[in-house]
Amino acid sequence: MDLQTILSGIDVRADWIGLRYVKENTGFRLVRDGKPETNTRESKQGVMVEVLVNGQFAYYGTSRLDKPGIQAAAERAVKLATAASKFSLHSFGIEARPVAKGSYSSPFQTAADAFSPGELSDLLIKATAELKVSDKVVTTNAMARTVETESHFVASNGSDVEQKYLMVSADYSAIAHEGSVTQKRTDGGLLAKSYQAGMEVFNEADVLARCRNIGAESVELLTAEECPTGTMDLILAPDQMMLQIHESVGHALEIDRILGDERNYAGWSFVRLEDFGKLQYGSPLMNITFDPYVEGQFASYAYDDGGLKAEKEFLIKDGLLIRGLGGMESQLRSGINGVANFRASSWNRAPIDRMANLNLEPGNSTQDEMIASVEKGVFMTSNRSWSIDDYRNKFQFGCEYGKLIENGKLTKTVKNPNYRAISNPFWRSLKMLGNRATFEVYGTPFCGKGEPNQIIRVGHASPLCLFDSVEIFGGA
Amino acid sequence: MEKLFKQINQTIMAELRDGEYLGLGFGGEQSTFTRINAAKVRQIGNVDEADLGFNLILNGRRTTGSISLSGDLDEDLSRARGELERLRAEVVQLPEDPYLVLPESKETSRSEKHGNLPDAESIPEILLPAMGNVDLTGIWASGRVYQGNANSAGGYHWFASDSFSLDYSLITPSEKMVKATYAGTEWDQKAYEAFLADSITKLELMSLAPKKIEPGDYRTFIAAAGVSDILSMFSWGGVSEAAIRQSESCLGKMRNENVKLSSLFSFSEDFSSGFAPRFNGNGEVAPEKTTLIAGGELTNTLVSTRTAKEYGVESNFASEGESMRAPSMSAGSLEESDVLEVLGTGVYLSNLHYLNWSDMIGGRITGMTRYACFWVEDGKIVAPIENMRFDDSIYSFLGENLEAVAEKLQINPDVGTYEGRELSAIVCPGILLKSFSLTL
Repeated sequence: MDLQTILSGIDVRADWIGLRYVKENTGFRLVRDGKPETNTRESKQGVMVEVLVNGQFAYYGTSRLDKPGIQAAAERAVKLATAASKFSLHSFGIEARPVAKGSYSSPFQTAADAFSPGELSDLLIKATAELKVSDKVVTTNAMARTVETESHFVASNGSDVEQKYLMVSADYSAIAHEGSVTQKRTDGGLLAKSYQAGMEVFNEADVLARCRNIGAESVELLTAEECPTGTMDLILAPDQMMLQIHESVGHALEIDRILGDERNYAGWSFVRLEDFGKLQYGSPLMNITFDPYVEGQFASYAYDDGGLKAEKEFLIKDGLLIRGLGGMESQLRSGINGVANFRASSWNRAPIDRMANLNLEPGNSTQDEMIASVEKGVFMTSNRSWSIDDYRNKFQFGCEYGKLIENGKLTKTVKNPNYRAISNPFWRSLKMLGNRATFEVYGTPFCGKGEPNQIIRVGHASPLCLFDSVEIFGGA
Repeated sequence: MEKLFKQINQTIMAELRDGEYLGLGFGGEQSTFTRINAAKVRQIGNVDEADLGFNLILNGRRTTGSISLSGDLDEDLSRARGELERLRAEVVQLPEDPYLVLPESKETSRSEKHGNLPDAESIPEILLPAMGNVDLTGIWASGRVYQGNANSAGGYHWFASDSFSLDYSLITPSEKMVKATYAGTEWDQKAYEAFLADSITKLELMSLAPKKIEPGDYRTFIAAAGVSDILSMFSWGGVSEAAIRQSESCLGKMRNENVKLSSLFSFSEDFSSGFAPRFNGNGEVAPEKTTLIAGGELTNTLVSTRTAKEYGVESNFASEGESMRAPSMSAGSLEESDVLEVLGTGVYLSNLHYLNWSDMIGGRITGMTRYACFWVEDGKIVAPIENMRFDDSIYSFLGENLEAVAEKLQINPDVGTYEGRELSAIVCPGILLKSFSLTL
């Protein structure tokens, strides 16, 4: 559709008008125990019409794509904005929607249509066969998710941005059972392997090797000891650090949360506006970046949905909080420096402050050095449970697989490893940080926030991390 | 919308080829959302959308899909035909599905619930002045929601409902909060203002100096809103027959080891309230009531026809994911006026937050206390408490530690909007626990 022509033909009295067309095809295939469970594709398309009148934005999301439909949507949005402008929380100017011109295409080697549905199904069936390493493996799952997205944003102040993405997620899991013990192992946590990539992700030899290991570890956990209870050192693998960064850093730094927009749903934040530039968030080893250009990371892009150009920025530098996660609206409301993270889940939702690629930069320690430094502790990998309070303080996270660390060596495997702590003290207890060799990139399609609710994709990368004196415990 | 769905259904079904079975699902909404912060408008807008789902079966193979609908019949028929061709090209490449369910239901139903909703443009004016100077944050959602289902056997269902909800938090200057939801189908300005005024009165209790309590086991009353959060966990690794069979359910112990919950705990899938339609995505109509746990014993699970076929059991026409669509817990005998006195000394929790299985197979849930939660001494509220993390097993707090169940049932509407505006509600009472484990 010719969005610029439609925009130029819209006749409404507004200080600004923007159109954001999104078309997204999401394919999902799931094979369980060698048999097809799901083969589906969801195709969604529509236009978000947004207007600014008397300092108030209002929107009308419509799946009607013709010119009369979009004109009608714009007229309704203008009426809403006019009615709401008497009660505005903040009076915005046009600077909330900067002029943006450009494009972005996500990187990939092998196009989505290079694998036929039959070929991908065959691979997933083989994967479940490899996962079943013994009769103790009672359930096997292999899933593949592909998302092809096109977005086109045009606005009355000259913005014109086209962005195209191909995103692939996969997961393979085995549930082992013996007696009264049941254990599950996945490929680094549910769909943690989510990337801007192509079908090269489905390299058969690599997939099948990983599946054999996942199956073997699920069986290994059946006879593993329960994770010990006590306060001790904790080493987290990057696939668990993804969740740790997401919950105890990312959400806490969203400026719209700090401003109170989420207090009825996701919650507030222990971080206050006056903390920027002052709060020692973590140990001096902690450097958190908003980085929209990590090759292949799940939430890379060139412009956010408000038209702000995305740039790499440090949010936490040497442990000090210096910048927030907030797009132009939040920056104008708060006076705090932010980033280009004003994002919507699709055409039918208005943008809000979201994480994108939020990463912990690597340090200098090798994995061997980190393990050798621990007298008593636990190494944990692959998230399986997560919960944190509405201020992003008190968290409890659980992992699929653990290893005891005794006198500087990895020893026994332990099951049901969990830990709990409070965000600031926890990050200040970061005492060793893995080097670039331990740095791994992950993502998830499932970050929920906002009213009305939105699920959005985020990316997180981290090295191996060692935390001092953490409360650790096992299962029921 | 129904006219559009019917026309697409009739046209597409007439174009099916020999051997093809097709199910069509329709979902749509015309919604107004108003996001409020500090009793002012943060964001406001409308969403008008509709989707058409396809379930195509051919020669023992199955594929599904969905497309956005524009509302224009010619355009949507073109899109629907394109999707059908895509599915036809795909289905022949897929492996046979031994558990597929042919759309054979010939049942029909139709429900249209019209309400009295305010115009979108009037919403700020009718909502915000009544808030006065109170710090209120929340979301207004209103409008019409549609669901439809049809299949190549002739089955046809249509459900449309008007509704509104204002889900909000009131916040004191010291950041203590009270949560409430005003929802319905007939807008009544005076009733809204009275409801809001009552919430503001409750907020005054939160101005007491907060008490910090230490981790430990406490006598606890969890009010109905908190109980509804616990019950919603049963949709995730809980009452699904497939989840139990595949070792991914907290109720596996009840099935396999004959473990029981308290005889005071009974729980059903009960559509009698009429919030959600009884037909599932396959056009099958569930019984009005299916008792899942009766007197602490697992009596039934939610069984889809697909699961029934795989494991040789009887279907109760659950949705394909076997999640609850109409959860309902039975009331007990603890009168609301006696709650604090019977609690004696302990904690009163109005709401819970961010629940997750800390050990699904063990039935252990972790989460946070939130909103109006109090320390109670000798039957009197003493102070709000600082939020605490809990981590406890259903086999404990819904088992031997369940002391009493409140006699008043509360309707807790689902105000979720991830996949569109939800239609369901959880009906449940509060629960009194001899002991509940607060950990951080």
